[in-house]
Amino acid sequence: MTPKDEQELAQYVKDAGANGRKLRIRGGGTRLALGNAVSYDDMVSMDGFSGVSLYEPGALTLVAGAGTPLREITETLRKSGQQLPFEPMDHCALLSSTGEPTIGGVVACNISGPRRIQAGACRDSLIGVRFVNGQGDVIKNGGRVMKNVTGYDLVKLMAGSFGSLGILTEVAFKVLPIPETQTTITLHEVDLDVAVQAMSSALGSPFDVTGAAHLPALENTPSKTLLRIEGFAKSVKYRADKLAAKLSRFGEVSQSYDDHDIWTDIQNVTRLSGTIDAIWRVSVKPSDAPQFCETLAKNCPNAAVQLDWGGGLIWARVPNDFDLRQCLNVAGHATLIRGDGFAAFQPQPSVLAKVEQNLRQKFDPVGILNTGIMG
Amino acid sequence: MEMPIPSEMVLSRKSDIVARLRAVLSDDAIISEPSQTQAYECDALTAYRCAPMAVVLPRNTQQVSDVLRICFELNVPVVPRGSGTSLAGGALPTADSVVLGVARMNGVLETNYDDRYIRVQSGRTNLSVTGAVEQNDFFYAPDPSSQLACAIAGNVAMNSGGAHCLKYGVTTNNLLGVTMVMMNGEIVEIGGAHLDAAGLDLLGVICGSEGQLGVVTEATLRILHKPEGARPVLIGFDSNEVAGACVSDIIKAGVLPVAIEFMDRPCIEAVEDFAKAGYPDAEAVLIIEVEGSEAEIAEQLEKITAIAKQHNPIELRESKSSEESAAIWAGRKAAFGAMGRISDYMCLDGTIPVSELPLVLRRIGELSKQYGLKVANVFHAGDGNMHPLILFNANKPGDLELCESMGAEILKLCVEVGGCLTGEHGVGVEKRDLMMTQYNAADIETQLHVKDVFDPAWLLNAAKVFPLSTTKSRRAS
Ligand SMILES: Cc1cc2nc3c(=O)[nH]c(=O)nc-3n(C[C@H](O)[C@H](O)[C@H](O)COP(=O)(O)OP(=O)(O)OC[C@H]3O[C@@H](n4cnc5c(N)ncnc54)[C@H](O)[C@@H]3O)c2cc1C
Repeated sequence: MTPKDEQELAQYVKDAGANGRKLRIRGGGTRLALGNAVSYDDMVSMDGFSGVSLYEPGALTLVAGAGTPLREITETLRKSGQQLPFEPMDHCALLSSTGEPTIGGVVACNISGPRRIQAGACRDSLIGVRFVNGQGDVIKNGGRVMKNVTGYDLVKLMAGSFGSLGILTEVAFKVLPIPETQTTITLHEVDLDVAVQAMSSALGSPFDVTGAAHLPALENTPSKTLLRIEGFAKSVKYRADKLAAKLSRFGEVSQSYDDHDIWTDIQNVTRLSGTIDAIWRVSVKPSDAPQFCETLAKNCPNAAVQLDWGGGLIWARVPNDFDLRQCLNVAGHATLIRGDGFAAFQPQPSVLAKVEQNLRQKFDPVGILNTGIMG
Repeated sequence: MEMPIPSEMVLSRKSDIVARLRAVLSDDAIISEPSQTQAYECDALTAYRCAPMAVVLPRNTQQVSDVLRICFELNVPVVPRGSGTSLAGGALPTADSVVLGVARMNGVLETNYDDRYIRVQSGRTNLSVTGAVEQNDFFYAPDPSSQLACAIAGNVAMNSGGAHCLKYGVTTNNLLGVTMVMMNGEIVEIGGAHLDAAGLDLLGVICGSEGQLGVVTEATLRILHKPEGARPVLIGFDSNEVAGACVSDIIKAGVLPVAIEFMDRPCIEAVEDFAKAGYPDAEAVLIIEVEGSEAEIAEQLEKITAIAKQHNPIELRESKSSEESAAIWAGRKAAFGAMGRISDYMCLDGTIPVSELPLVLRRIGELSKQYGLKVANVFHAGDGNMHPLILFNANKPGDLELCESMGAEILKLCVEVGGCLTGEHGVGVEKRDLMMTQYNAADIETQLHVKDVFDPAWLLNAAKVFPLSTTKSRRAS
């Protein structure tokens, strides 16, 4: 089923509810593997909700249908020298999926990339949503202005709700200028704990670092710790030189300009994608990353990891039957991104689990939207 | 303005309720004498006052939990309170309520520079969060003008912004986690020192929920290293339109200043009288601040002034020293005080798409003539968050009402052009009855569902945010 507008979608959802038919929502189909398995009767395609409906470069705002291909949005913004600040990752390599990612899918899964540490996550740039709830009501929240505290912020709630609270039809963003240039500072061949210290030192500097990742040694490639600085040319050079000097106490440092590919690889976790093993995404505070990674290595000698967000985001590749959560001995949580041996999301403490369940029940009383995706 | 009729049931049991609360608090942490509860009768929206039945001032999360459990059991309404600087009446009590003030919970619980966060009790003032980390050259970014007084509790509840949020975002973008007590006394931890909490983004909906979902007792906040330096430039124009166009061109050129503040003629004149900041005789003044090292500041200011010059400014004043920077900011920072000196005023904070600025300013001018009330505009131009100050005389019968209806017209205009009723101050009681201009019944119902989940008995700050008619059946049950 491919509804052509909100009204048709709303009626369709109403009918589905009346007939107890469960729906699976599909954007570009590149991230369908995220979350737990969904039981459904009908697939709803968002292809009918495609197109940028408003773009004002001078106001840094863009509004688009949820089914709009991400590529179209990126291109539209690029023509005016702007971009989505949060650098959403592409899951195709990791999930062996094909198709055109849509902006609705990005929002539903709150997808962000390396720049999240400096510019915020998808949810931080999202300023408005329209959606159809499980009863077939069309709901709006937020709007097209970047400062808005009118009523509850359901915009944040919808971001990362994996389609379990409503079917997004339209999304609005605050966008930012594309930086004129970028520099990558590489720290060569340091251990993971030193890398995390170096990244913390960089992120705690005044030099406005927009990417901080560590790629441990893998097969024949030695380890690399990467720091990114972006902005106007003179400013970038000044800050990069300062930062390189600051980091030299941790090891050998080099600089390269406009090395976009390496950041795309980090963003898309390309280096861990090649096998059929499970992929986990672990969120911890950066200084806890070394301890967790050490425990993981002890319990799972085959594990391969990649650190982003200064160590706060750990991507781990482990055998399918390995329960990574057993190694999570620090505060944080782990999400199973690829593989189906375990629940996709970390179980919540009971009071919060109840709150979440009750919210879902209110937004989708019959339980027909992406049922079971979040557990 | 209408408030719910206080519950006789609750009022008649006052001494019993107070005794129960006293049992879990130290003697100096509960106030129930009418002569003393009066100090809590309003927040910064002073037009509306109502002393609460009692005030409690707990010292920690456990005490907050004890208080809420008792109020929950006895069906007593609770109004959370930080420092009482809300401009929307968010902390306005009802006569049958217990005001739960967190002002005594102002400690720093943890600072972590490696992971760049601070954990504080929620009664700590905004400025003293920065105060706790500035010896290490760190700061907490959201900076409401009220930062000397307002508490993190209120900032979280209102999702407060500040002059520098164009670059650093508002409270929600800098909040990592909270400890919150639910109305039934249950204590929950949401988020934490790591980015991106598990599950649904409950933190996102709690921030900005105006004290209706739970009482926030602790908060984990992101801290940042201070920039090496900052410098403002002041640019005067002979029309609002041109100033607006200049803002838009700067943004389009890819420059992202940390702040772009806009003042119109009535505001410039008032602050000149008051602060003698030496502002030019202009229709509109922009203060644009950029950050970084000397060289970086110079690079950005060069781009900004080049763009400004294409708009024929009547004055362009780049600060050359910290004294000059302070002078440029002095007028802006004194704006509210200056207004307060010449008149009573009502401060609106609707947001509009930046492109609608000239139209909205023109319409406000027309409304000002029509209502016979002066309006001064001072606002965050980069993000379209307006702050029209309507001047009125509180001692003149009917003037407040006149001012309120003019305010309502301006806010409706903001919504009409694609904006919203409030950009950072919150709805409170002040804009409650205008909610239907921005949202329809289904939109509101969805928000009420969220409150149903967190506070099914509707005891927590229940007379705020939503039109009373939409919440009546829930509050009654
Ligand atoms: C001169 C002046 C300038 C201002 N400038 C700005 C500005 O630049 N930007 C801006 O955004 N705001 C501004 N404000 C508005 C105000 O300061 C903010 O809304 C502030 O966040 C309120 O904080 P508070 O601690 O005073 O909260 P209060 O006024 O005490 O309460 C505000 C709301 O928070 C709720 N609340 C309080 N404590 C808790 C808690 N522990 N748990 C849950 N809910 C709670 C209350 O119930 C109420 O709804 C200004 C106000 C004044 C008077």
